[in-house]
Amino acid sequence: MIRTFLAALLAAATALGAPAVSAQPIKLGELNSYKVFTAFLEPYKKGMELALAEENKAGGALGRQLEIVSRDDGGTPGDAVRVAEELVSRERVTMLMGTFPSNVGLAVADLANRRKIPFLAAEPLTDKIVWENGNEWTFRLRASTYMQTAMLVPEAAKLGKKRWVIVYPNYEYGQAATATFKQQMIARQSGGLEFIEIATPLGKIDAGPVTQAIADAKPDAIFSSLFGADLARFVREGNLRGVFKDRPVFNLLGGEPEYLDPLKDEAPTGWWVTGYPWYGIDTPAHKRFRDAYQAAFNDYPRLGSIVGYSTVKAAAAAIRKAGSTDPAKIAAALKGLQVDTPFGRIAFRAIDHQSTMGAYVGKVAVRDGKGVMVDWRYADGKDYLPPDDVVRKLRPAK
Amino acid sequence: MTAGAFAVQLLNGLASASSLFLVAAGLTLIFGVTRVVNFAHGSLYMLGAYVAWSVAEALSATPGASGLGFAAAVLGAVLAAAVVGSLVEVLILKRLYAAPELLQLTATFAIVLIVRDVALAIWGAEDLLGRRVPGLDGSIPLGTRSLPEYDAFLIVAGPLVLVALTLLVRRTRFGVQVRAAAENRTIVAALGVDQAKLYTAVFALGAALAGLAGALQLPREPANLAMDLSIIADAFVVTVVGGLGSIPGAFVAALVIGLTKALCIALGSVDVAGVEIAFPKLTLVAEFVVMAIVLAVRPHGFFGTPASLPPSTPLAEQRTLVVAPGRRELAIGAGLVAAFVALPLLSDEYSRVLATDILIATLFAASLRFLMGPAGLTSFGHAAYFGVGAYAAALAAKQGLPMLASMAVAPVAALAAAIVFGWFCVRLSGVYLAMLTLAFAQITWSVVFQWDAVTGGSNGIVGVWPTGTLADATHFSWFTLGVVSIALLALARIAMSPFGQALRGARDSPLRAEAIGIDVRARQWAAFALAGAFAGLAGGLFAFSKGSISPETLAIPRSVDALVMVLLGGLNATFGPVLGAAVFTWGQDLLARATDYWRAALGVAILVIVLVVPNGIGGMWAALRARRGSA
Repeated sequence: MIRTFLAALLAAATALGAPAVSAQPIKLGELNSYKVFTAFLEPYKKGMELALAEENKAGGALGRQLEIVSRDDGGTPGDAVRVAEELVSRERVTMLMGTFPSNVGLAVADLANRRKIPFLAAEPLTDKIVWENGNEWTFRLRASTYMQTAMLVPEAAKLGKKRWVIVYPNYEYGQAATATFKQQMIARQSGGLEFIEIATPLGKIDAGPVTQAIADAKPDAIFSSLFGADLARFVREGNLRGVFKDRPVFNLLGGEPEYLDPLKDEAPTGWWVTGYPWYGIDTPAHKRFRDAYQAAFNDYPRLGSIVGYSTVKAAAAAIRKAGSTDPAKIAAALKGLQVDTPFGRIAFRAIDHQSTMGAYVGKVAVRDGKGVMVDWRYADGKDYLPPDDVVRKLRPAK
Repeated sequence: MTAGAFAVQLLNGLASASSLFLVAAGLTLIFGVTRVVNFAHGSLYMLGAYVAWSVAEALSATPGASGLGFAAAVLGAVLAAAVVGSLVEVLILKRLYAAPELLQLTATFAIVLIVRDVALAIWGAEDLLGRRVPGLDGSIPLGTRSLPEYDAFLIVAGPLVLVALTLLVRRTRFGVQVRAAAENRTIVAALGVDQAKLYTAVFALGAALAGLAGALQLPREPANLAMDLSIIADAFVVTVVGGLGSIPGAFVAALVIGLTKALCIALGSVDVAGVEIAFPKLTLVAEFVVMAIVLAVRPHGFFGTPASLPPSTPLAEQRTLVVAPGRRELAIGAGLVAAFVALPLLSDEYSRVLATDILIATLFAASLRFLMGPAGLTSFGHAAYFGVGAYAAALAAKQGLPMLASMAVAPVAALAAAIVFGWFCVRLSGVYLAMLTLAFAQITWSVVFQWDAVTGGSNGIVGVWPTGTLADATHFSWFTLGVVSIALLALARIAMSPFGQALRGARDSPLRAEAIGIDVRARQWAAFALAGAFAGLAGGLFAFSKGSISPETLAIPRSVDALVMVLLGGLNATFGPVLGAAVFTWGQDLLARATDYWRAALGVAILVIVLVVPNGIGGMWAALRARRGSA
């Protein structure tokens, strides 16, 4: 009796004692606009969960488990800054990560700079977060607006078309994509280029009149940066009016499953897009990720899944490389950090804190009633960034 | 542009106008009879689209039934919206008709929050594109151009619904009751019409129209979780431009707005006297510009009449004598201040961040309460002054002005904006006034959004932090407490001054006020300007507390937040704004951490508060005190 009791006591003590050493997990503070960009961020969250489970199974970092403290930032800079403050001052997180819209990303980046805490911006595409508004503490994972536009330019310039209509959602992302496209086309194609721009309110495109106006402008080709519900409306109304017939169309982000899949068999065949052909990438790294993801969630990965997964992987790698949870050491470790992602090995450039994660460029086709990307290639991010001296000029001196 | 291109663009505009009219028709019908400003109308529209999608998908899987798909989907959406609409009316709004005006607005706002999360739970996050309609999936050739058959169908459907509704209202017994109720509810009730049933029927019909509009939109736009808010502002604009309660008015307004937008896109970038104007960019605010112009010329929209406005008899509680805050209030106020002072010392860092947020929200809500309470003017666009203040402070700081000087610029800039916009607004009354404030707010928003070189466009201005000793978060929270306390005292003092009393007089009986020599319009204008200045001060504090601002500081949701805070706290309660701000801000913070479905949780919380204490949380105290007194 007594022996059993003692044995039980001993077992309990070891059970309690063993984790006590590593009981304090390393907290990663995550914030995102879950209720505003739901279609992208649900798969993103699953990606994070998968990466977290893998990392912890492999022993976490510094002998401690990792824990993600996740918050909804409401999609506004004001709320995001408050939530970030909560993560930093109440939850005492080791670093911040996440965010989706550019204005929120920039606001949190500035807070990170003030509070001297590393911030890994996962999704914001704005060029400014690493250039004009770049700071010591902020790093960005995804290929930026500039990079993704640059990935489409070679194919567009090859066509030698003169008269372009550019359609874009009327906010910074669309404006930046348009500016970059024009600038790079002019640099590559000598003379005679003509651009007609149509700016549409985000989420509220009047697709009938817009596609009609494009038809009436009789362009040689079209460049669009629409996405989400705007893209679906644009495609359907344009098809009905025959606007895309015999006209090359380029659409930034158009191949991301989040935006391509809702179109089903109406996916615009022949369009050049950037995106993520999850069904076709058979590199060992991606296969492993895809299998694990499908086993865990019984669903296929979207681009959001890749972003969430890679963000957590990068955070864990940074902490391991730093060998400490000291914020300054983690920020230093993020500079030049190499991380293995489902897209292959990426690096966070020391010069501007932009990761070299790329995107897939290809054409849209319809297979089995679903939109897919075909003839795609992986565009490595490092090949689509401006030369170092240009970057140094763009980024403010310390 | 050729004449042919122009004509086809007009047809495109007509199709958009038709779908706009379908949404607005239901809204105007509901408002005309029940006077409910129904924010949830957009949610019913969204539900309609989702239900239509589900029905169509279910039928397409059933062999032999796919031909029925579209009609069945539309019918299903109409029925579902009607059922949900009647439930909302019977279970929630029915209990609020006697409550202060606009409280129903808070309830419908709560429903928006709930419906969005319910839709997410049922239909998931991905956009759902509807199938094309069999038989209407091609295009009609028009010379070298073409018009989609479905657009042609919509162009016909809009007027058909207009005719059907007009017949219903003009030729049936139900219609007579509806018209009579829109004219004078009291007499209709006295004549023995069962108001409860009439209201439910009207609400169900209005909701059904929203469901119809949503279902008919599905072939043009995927069902998505942003549909509710993206349509609701447009629907209100159409309703107001047409004249509240007027169905033909809504039709004309929808035409004007649909055609204006199509025209803006058709014109493209045009060179006017050497200046390039990008007309497509105007679609961002086209409807609000139209509304501002129409309301400036016709204060009651196209077909609205002064008589169709709600009677201006003040609320029962407003008729009681207003007594200046006494010792008890002073003691409570001092206690609150002491609590805020002590907070940073007793609690962790984050609580002072939250407390600072609550203080700023309190001042913002109090400035709106000053406008809505003593002055009796409702604003749907109060965020404009908050935002102008925030931007003015941020820009001044970026120009190198010291922090306190930048902060001082905020109320001045907001005052200037309020003086200009107020001049137009006080010429109107009731919901028209509220909608004109919204129009100005949206126009200001779009200027800030577009003017990249100055305002930083959609990204806004980053890096506006407090300097010197205020860089310390605790010091800044005390500084905020000081500024907000002084501002609140000033507002309370003004409300009790002769000027404040004159405002109340003008609100309760404009005719008598005029008769004793009070210049009603001038007083209201001054009140508008003052409220703007105080909101601007709150905006200035906000900019420095967050370190960055973007156009969302003057967007519609912020105006709505302020309204909800004022009504939650109680329009006439001394501590209404601080209660409303605290419950709303703190509740949101708490719920967002507790559950993924925090919007729905917040919605339910608001509904409970509204149903249990219709006079707001602050009003509850007064009611309790009154009960104790009579017992």
